[in-house]
Amino acid sequence: MLKNKENQPSMSFLDLFQKGDIATKLSFVIMGAANFANRQILKGLIFLVSEVGFFYWLFRSGLHSLEMLSTLGTRAQGLVYNKKLGIRILQKGDNSMLLLLFGIVAILVCILFAYLYIVNLRSARHLYELKAAGKLVPGTKDDLRSLLDERFHATLMTVPLLGILFFTVLPLLYMISIAFTNYDHNHLPPKNLFGWVGLKNFGNILTGKMSGTFFPVLGWTLIWAVLATVTCFFFGILLALLINTKGLKFKPMWRTIFVITMAVPQFVSLLIMRNLLNSSGPLNSLLINWGWIDKPIPFLTDPMWAKVTVILVNMWIGIPATMLVSTGILQNLPQDQIEAARIDGANAVQVFRHITFPQILFVMMPSLIQQFVGNINNFNVIFLLTGGGPTNSNFYGAGSTDLLVTWLYSLTVNTLDYNLASVIGILIFILSAVFSLMAYTRTNSFKEA
Amino acid sequence: MAKSKKIHSKKAHIGLPIAYIVLIVLSVLWLFPIFWIVLTSFRGEGGAFVPYIIPKTFVLDNYKTLLFNTSGNYPFVRWFWNTLFVAGISCVLSTFITIGMAYSLSRLRFKFRKPFLKTALVLNMFPGFMSMIAIYYILKALNLTESLLALILVYASGAALGFYIAKGFFDTIPMELDESAMIDGASKWNVFIKITLPLSKPIIVYTALMAFMGPWMDFLFAKVILGDKVEKYTVAIGLYTMMTKNTANSLFVAFTAGCVLIAIPITLVFIFMQKFYVEGITSGSVKG
Repeated sequence: MLKNKENQPSMSFLDLFQKGDIATKLSFVIMGAANFANRQILKGLIFLVSEVGFFYWLFRSGLHSLEMLSTLGTRAQGLVYNKKLGIRILQKGDNSMLLLLFGIVAILVCILFAYLYIVNLRSARHLYELKAAGKLVPGTKDDLRSLLDERFHATLMTVPLLGILFFTVLPLLYMISIAFTNYDHNHLPPKNLFGWVGLKNFGNILTGKMSGTFFPVLGWTLIWAVLATVTCFFFGILLALLINTKGLKFKPMWRTIFVITMAVPQFVSLLIMRNLLNSSGPLNSLLINWGWIDKPIPFLTDPMWAKVTVILVNMWIGIPATMLVSTGILQNLPQDQIEAARIDGANAVQVFRHITFPQILFVMMPSLIQQFVGNINNFNVIFLLTGGGPTNSNFYGAGSTDLLVTWLYSLTVNTLDYNLASVIGILIFILSAVFSLMAYTRTNSFKEA
Repeated sequence: MAKSKKIHSKKAHIGLPIAYIVLIVLSVLWLFPIFWIVLTSFRGEGGAFVPYIIPKTFVLDNYKTLLFNTSGNYPFVRWFWNTLFVAGISCVLSTFITIGMAYSLSRLRFKFRKPFLKTALVLNMFPGFMSMIAIYYILKALNLTESLLALILVYASGAALGFYIAKGFFDTIPMELDESAMIDGASKWNVFIKITLPLSKPIIVYTALMAFMGPWMDFLFAKVILGDKVEKYTVAIGLYTMMTKNTANSLFVAFTAGCVLIAIPITLVFIFMQKFYVEGITSGSVKG
């Protein structure tokens, strides 16, 4: 953490150990010793306390956790003969799931401690170098002040980073590990044990029994993502242009009408849509009353209709957002080019095709790819509207409109095949990663300023 | 300029009526579901489906059953306060966290900045609820499941990775401002508090409102964390469970009343922050 401001390379820790005084040498065993010797009491105390705490934890439970990680438990729950009592009694057994979780936590804690140990050594080295150069050693007060200046980022980011570590990284590592185990509906802890199976689950999904479900679902996911993104984008721009028409009155009012629909929480509007489109719902009965149809249209119960319906409903949800954003862009487009084209006799369609649309596309490309990735992961629309249904008997645990994400959900909630779900999660990640990388190489927020 | 306008006005005369007709048709399509739900929430006849749109009788009973619900199965008022509580606290925490992260990653230079940006990108690409089961067990290990505190914790820690839009905004503030203040002897803390923050009001408002609205809309995480503890539910899961249980038919009109009640504040907030929404999206991607 302590940056070496001078350009000369720092000495190696081995050099430090040979050249340093007793306190510095001691820092290699007792963390914070050098800080204590230089009256940096608070810093030294933090190092010392964390070292004591770490070893206390390591010998009490840490080593056990690390050890169990290799097998994920060996004692199954069940009746075991007890010699003393002469009867078979219930043995509690290992809980593979908790063992895996604690094992990963233990590894993370060890890594954190190793990092802290290096920070401690760097601190000792820094003190040694300061003294060798005859400079003043900063006290606790200076250290605290630097937290608001040179190391302000540490102040701002420590707590969020811990949050990320325990609520994002740890769960992800856990779920990724699950992909390499046989944690499915036949191996549910605490009743059963599960263990490591290597790449078997990946084989099962890509070439084995599950491929019959995986590839159709993947195909529909991609079709859905393309159609959902393109329809919302294209019609959103058209709507923005329509509202922008010269001479049209009440422009803000038209805009607000569409924006209001964005404000309604998605789970509300989608559940409402599900009811509206129900085979005995108001839309069908209205059409029957008018005599347009004889029997209800199976909006959500026929595989083909359901696919069309989700895309249409998604347009209802997505078009206003594109409209709002592209309105902003439209108003900032340079007008001279458009004027020039019009003077040259271009009609509205030509202007749109060759000038306006390419410019909007250029500006919105990054967010378009982001939307595409978002649609691959669009859980709400499918889950709330069709719940993945109608059920498809050829699929394992998935329906005709299930995307990979909603399939992942049903695999964890309905069929309890956590290992398959994790593999799907990793495959979704790979899919998103490919497209996101395309997007982020184009956005400025990722590029260097 | 004047000439070209003249040419247009001729064309516009033909186009305008069509534009009005299309817009009216589209408006009807877009407003119909909302219109229907508001009407249904006043419907005197119960049940989920009736073969007509406009209710035969208009009553306030649906709102009354929802608000003064005595059976205790659907304590809507309780859910409302729960959500307000979670939204309020997680809004404050999330705003601090998001703005802090975004500012650090945009304006400060430190060794693990670039590696972290790349790591965050990777982390964001995993489907969110892939980790949900694990989060549930972590919270269980901390003895926090089925509590609102757990929800706040999860929302706030999620905010740490949602810094992209705010970072995009900070990137647009010229670095020279910071540098000249630093030459005058200001510490980074002073620059942050006295220069950057006052310039960043729009993005702070945007971040705060987004964080505030999150708990009103999220039903997935909340459902996993809160399990079956109905009295701890937020409005979103509460309403959602009203529709999934076998009571869906009898509770439908009450459900629509609930939808109207929570859609009103969110709509107001949303219309208010529309401007920031566009700025937020475009500032992250458009400039330069």
